[in-house]
Amino acid sequence: MNDATPAVEIRDLHKHFGRLEVLKGISLTARPGDVVAVIGGSGSGKSTMLRCINMLETPSAGEIAIHGEAYAMRRTRGGLEPADRKQLQRIRAQLGMVFQNFNLWPHRTVLGNVIEVPVQVLGMPRDEAVARARQVLDRVGLAEKEDAYPAHMSGGQQQRCAIARVLAVEPLAMLFDEPTSALDPELVGEVLNVIRDLAAEKRTMILVTHEMGFARDVASHVVYLKDGRIEEQGPPEQLFGDPHSPHLQQFIRSIA
Amino acid sequence: MPDIDIVTPIRPTPALPLRSRLAPLLMPHRLVMAGLALAALAAIITKMDWSWLPGYLPKIGHGLLVTLALLASSVAAGFALALPLGAVQVTGPAPLRWLANGFCTVIRGTPLLLQLWLIYYGLGALFAQFPEIRGSWLWPYLRQAWPYGFLTLTLSFAAYQGEVIRGAFAGVPRGELEAARAFGMPRLMVFRRVWFPRAVHRALPTLAGEIILQLKATPLVATITVTDLYAVITRVRQATYLTYEPLLLLIAIYLCLSGTLTLALRWLEGRVPSGR
Ligand SMILES: Nc1ncnc2c1ncn2[C@@H]1O[C@H](COP(=O)(O)OP(=O)(O)OP(=O)(O)O)[C@@H](O)[C@H]1O
Ligand SMILES: [Mg+2]
Repeated sequence: MNDATPAVEIRDLHKHFGRLEVLKGISLTARPGDVVAVIGGSGSGKSTMLRCINMLETPSAGEIAIHGEAYAMRRTRGGLEPADRKQLQRIRAQLGMVFQNFNLWPHRTVLGNVIEVPVQVLGMPRDEAVARARQVLDRVGLAEKEDAYPAHMSGGQQQRCAIARVLAVEPLAMLFDEPTSALDPELVGEVLNVIRDLAAEKRTMILVTHEMGFARDVASHVVYLKDGRIEEQGPPEQLFGDPHSPHLQQFIRSIA
Repeated sequence: MPDIDIVTPIRPTPALPLRSRLAPLLMPHRLVMAGLALAALAAIITKMDWSWLPGYLPKIGHGLLVTLALLASSVAAGFALALPLGAVQVTGPAPLRWLANGFCTVIRGTPLLLQLWLIYYGLGALFAQFPEIRGSWLWPYLRQAWPYGFLTLTLSFAAYQGEVIRGAFAGVPRGELEAARAFGMPRLMVFRRVWFPRAVHRALPTLAGEIILQLKATPLVATITVTDLYAVITRVRQATYLTYEPLLLLIAIYLCLSGTLTLALRWLEGRVPSGR
């Protein structure tokens, strides 16, 4: 595999919830080092698309490949389902996801959260995992907090811990679903700064966000979703500076 | 599905200086109450007949041990049984789910006394009919009453606690499980590393109350000839023809036990890191 192999490739993705068609044929490619920002109105299908990438939602149709490896899927009555558990778990372990609500494991300390996947899923020796965890915790500014429990930390700290948890698995791509939406305004900055650093390191990310200024700054590619379709995409300067779609123009005005 | 009421552990309040902690106790109406209580205690000690007490102390001690042993063993075994009972009702295949649900419903919906008698007289008589059982090494135990008391108390605790555990399993936020899956954890690992410990943790706050209820259920075993604390006191009453003194002692002992249990469990809870 060379560098041209897409880190994430989505081909003609459809998703129904019952009779509601939420994704209506989405194709998207993120090459290694890309920072893809996904924007769009509420209910446009951003989260659903993101969650299809690691099969937290199973597509109704379409194909998804991670670093050139397509998920083996089998047909069911309603759509598709992963056909190969082992492959699914292996691919998932290479994709880190950061959730809007952090979803840390509250019964484990910060360090416990960060070493959990390396030790349990990837089979890394504990010492090594701890050493690596300390490095990533340092990167997100939580070096002092390794023994704290999530419940005793601010939202910003919890989200940074969640990012450390993802960094610890050295993911092929990181998926962010509105990582700052649940935060108090004064805590948004510290989390965005961490993500900005990661983007500067050329880590592959797909980032659903409502922070337009941030998207414009860090993204290499912006995707505007509207009613389950990609209505417009391109480099941030073009998308924010000279949007073609009237919907996008209105969307940008409404946010600004 | 109804979520169970999860009481977040109360943070221990920082220790106040002794004087300000005593101050509320020194208000006039409280002083009067305390005075009355002391007077009552003095009357109980001086005016009542406690001459029988020293002679019966060893028996009472033994009864207390039986009560505590029954409580501890039935709580431990019942809790162990409650975990699968609760888990199966949330994740299990339908037949197992119905079975567990039915078990909990029947046990919770019928009097403990009835269960005790059914198991003691029913099961006891049934066992006696099989020569294989009568001949086995278990028979010396099965001829006694306490195994039936233990079994009944265990099943009862399991049924009540199973319901709590079911709620605790159902109440673990989906996102925590989803995060585990998103990182490639196999199903069993999600259960072992996240779902199960989180559910147990969520079930802990109600455990204290359930254990005290269980303590108060133990005297029923006296009706199937197990000599627990209550049975010993009943014998004292029959032998001494005293009505109140043994009962007052009984009340005092149960109060001490439940008080100690409450404090111990509260201390334990404070040591477990709280969820959200
Ligand atoms: N599990 C589900 N079952 C049924 N409908 C769902 C489910 N998840 C999402 N939907 C619906 O799919 C649509 C798209 O949801 P999605 O969460 O992807 O939107 P979004 O773009 O992320 O919106 P937001 O900005 O509010 O997060 C919505 O109409 C939502 O109600
Ligand atoms: Mg969303």
